[in-house]
Amino acid sequence: MANRRLAPADVQPASFAFTAENENWAEGQIAKYPPGRQASAVIPLLWKAQEQAGGWLPQKAIEAVADKLGMPYIRVLEVATFYTMFNLEPVGRYHIQLCGTVPCHNCGALDLKEVLRRRIGEQNHVTADGTFSWIEVECLGACCNAPMAQINFDYYEDLTPEILEKILDDLAAGRPVKPGSQQGRRSSEPKDDVKALTDPALFDGSVIGAWRKRFEEEAIKELETRTASEAAAATASAPSQPKPAKPDAGRAIESEAANTPAKRAKEGETPVKPDDPKGAADPGKAFVASNKERPESQPAPQSDKSYTMTPSKPEEGRTAADAKTGRGSDG
Amino acid sequence: MLQDKDRIFTNLYGFHSPGLEAARMRGAWDGTKFLLEKGRDWIIDEMKKSGLRGRGGAGFPTGLKWSFMPKQSDGRPHYLVVNADESEPGTCKDREIMRHDPHLLIEGCLLASFAMGANACYIYIRGEYIREREALQRAIDEAYEARLIGKDNIHGWPFDLYVHHGAGAYICGEETALLESLEGKKGMPRLKPPFPANMGLYGCPTTVNNVESIAVAGTILRRGGAWFASLGRPNNTGTKLFCISGHVNRPCNVEEEMGIPFRELIERHCGGVRGGWDNLLAVIPGGSSVPLVPAEQIIDAPMDFDTLRNLKSGLGTAAVIVLDKSTDIVRSIARISYFYKHESCGQCTPCREGTGWMWRVLSRMAEGRAQKREIDMLLEVTTQVEGHTICALGDAAAWPIQGLIRHFRHEIERRIDDYAANPHPEPVLLAAE
Repeated sequence: MANRRLAPADVQPASFAFTAENENWAEGQIAKYPPGRQASAVIPLLWKAQEQAGGWLPQKAIEAVADKLGMPYIRVLEVATFYTMFNLEPVGRYHIQLCGTVPCHNCGALDLKEVLRRRIGEQNHVTADGTFSWIEVECLGACCNAPMAQINFDYYEDLTPEILEKILDDLAAGRPVKPGSQQGRRSSEPKDDVKALTDPALFDGSVIGAWRKRFEEEAIKELETRTASEAAAATASAPSQPKPAKPDAGRAIESEAANTPAKRAKEGETPVKPDDPKGAADPGKAFVASNKERPESQPAPQSDKSYTMTPSKPEEGRTAADAKTGRGSDG
Repeated sequence: MLQDKDRIFTNLYGFHSPGLEAARMRGAWDGTKFLLEKGRDWIIDEMKKSGLRGRGGAGFPTGLKWSFMPKQSDGRPHYLVVNADESEPGTCKDREIMRHDPHLLIEGCLLASFAMGANACYIYIRGEYIREREALQRAIDEAYEARLIGKDNIHGWPFDLYVHHGAGAYICGEETALLESLEGKKGMPRLKPPFPANMGLYGCPTTVNNVESIAVAGTILRRGGAWFASLGRPNNTGTKLFCISGHVNRPCNVEEEMGIPFRELIERHCGGVRGGWDNLLAVIPGGSSVPLVPAEQIIDAPMDFDTLRNLKSGLGTAAVIVLDKSTDIVRSIARISYFYKHESCGQCTPCREGTGWMWRVLSRMAEGRAQKREIDMLLEVTTQVEGHTICALGDAAAWPIQGLIRHFRHEIERRIDDYAANPHPEPVLLAAE
């Protein structure tokens, strides 16, 4: 938990509006979610707003996103303050997020912190020329390339204090920098000594279709056993099976059903609620009755899925069928 | 050592193209339609046979999880949500899958969605993975283009795949917090039950799976659950991506057989421990949430769920953080405590207040500025946080500290003694009870 508040009023811009391009993009994002669920797009939209506003999120941008999504301002504000990637105060043109969690911490992030402190100043402080700001963040998920930092959108991995200084120099001077590993690694492979994934057969296409042999063999075996068992069934008599399968194996609900009021009533006992026989008689509620109607081959429903009240006509449009039976059992 | 032919993530290091054509050459999207035609029950059955346990940390059997979804829709759509909010300190495997082998993931999404009757799937990727998100989106666009997925695709199962991203909250890796976040709210975990399989995303049946669990599905179905189960050890089957970071000579990601002995894993792929095996102090074997294991217990231990649980730790996400003797162990665990303080969502009091309290006390202990009886007090507080919160973040904050006190109490006591032996202007504080 961190206390995160909006920037003071004197740095807040007076207005914010998405550019036409971002407006279009936002529509595409909203379309990803079912109708009426446009609130789901709040994080992507806030992120885009932050990008457009120069790396931080002014109050007006939060309100613009809320208006766009038809959400109350407070709902968007609480999202903006909850998620730490939303910068609520202005940041430098290059915002450096240094990973300080354990793998990086133990592999030299403390030295990098010193570099940043010396070059830029304290955390969340923007240099006078507006170029840099930095913050220590929690694990960025590139632990095999520790220590690392994220500068704007890119990861810079396998850092040392000297390399970080050089990156800062290059960025300040406008020279191009190369993201990724700074020590010549492609990604997270063991440096200079890869022992895995060297077999060329993995990449020449010879793996395609090789797995199908199993299915062909299985199909042949199945065919053989089927013909064999058919022959056996023709000659042998029925009781030759030493242990017949339990007909109710795995059908947990049947034991419950055996003790329902409906079952007891059927066996001649007095029903539990004699003055409310309607519910027991209702096929939508009496589980025993519906179980009786079920064909033998179909497994009984599991108890935790009992909201599928009427299993009749499963092929029909479910919504309509459910609505109909629901109304019928109520009235 | 696992042979290359049994490796699933054949482009883990990105030496080859992540594009569709290259992925097909490596065996992705091969016979997907054939697998789908085998039917839902066959797929779930094969996943159960494989013994695959969820790769996101908890190790829950994936096939079983899939089978919890209602067999028949009651009018509500079903959803698959892929948890790519990889934020557990030490873990960096899903990143490599998404940027280098994205088609395995996309194919897995289709297969899993089909097995659960879902026509839409969301991949929730952490906000910081901006380039990875772009890479994944490129691959998804390719798959749409080739009509491998989409409303009208060659596989005959209407299926839409969307990438959604977060914005830097570790807690959104918890499945219900992830769903809240995906619905556009703060990522605060929900009470369970109802479980997501009944009431998940938008109140609809939902299954949340880790990237690695989904991405291995295609290969498991092709080569058979029996093949996967033949690797590893009983109840800990298959292959696993290990992320080895910290004080080894060559930190790396590598796919290995479950149950590979720790020594072999480090020797073979990481060039050994920095400064030799005698220099090994302790290992955090499954991401920062699991208690550390001291050197002598871990060196020859097989790396799997059950063995590490018996060592009072866990495999977690198989993020192996190696700590050598140069490590300030108390300060490292205090840093982990800070992480949980920072990432607590603030919903449950024991976690919101406890994580900060534990961090403050542990930071003092790292300097020795504490009382010895505070060690037991700290241990007791961890047990009062553990199990008293909605989600497992409270547990995850407590376990590393419990591990530290279990194995390195002497180190904390030594620091307190050292501090007390020198005169200091300020009196030593004592935590309020």
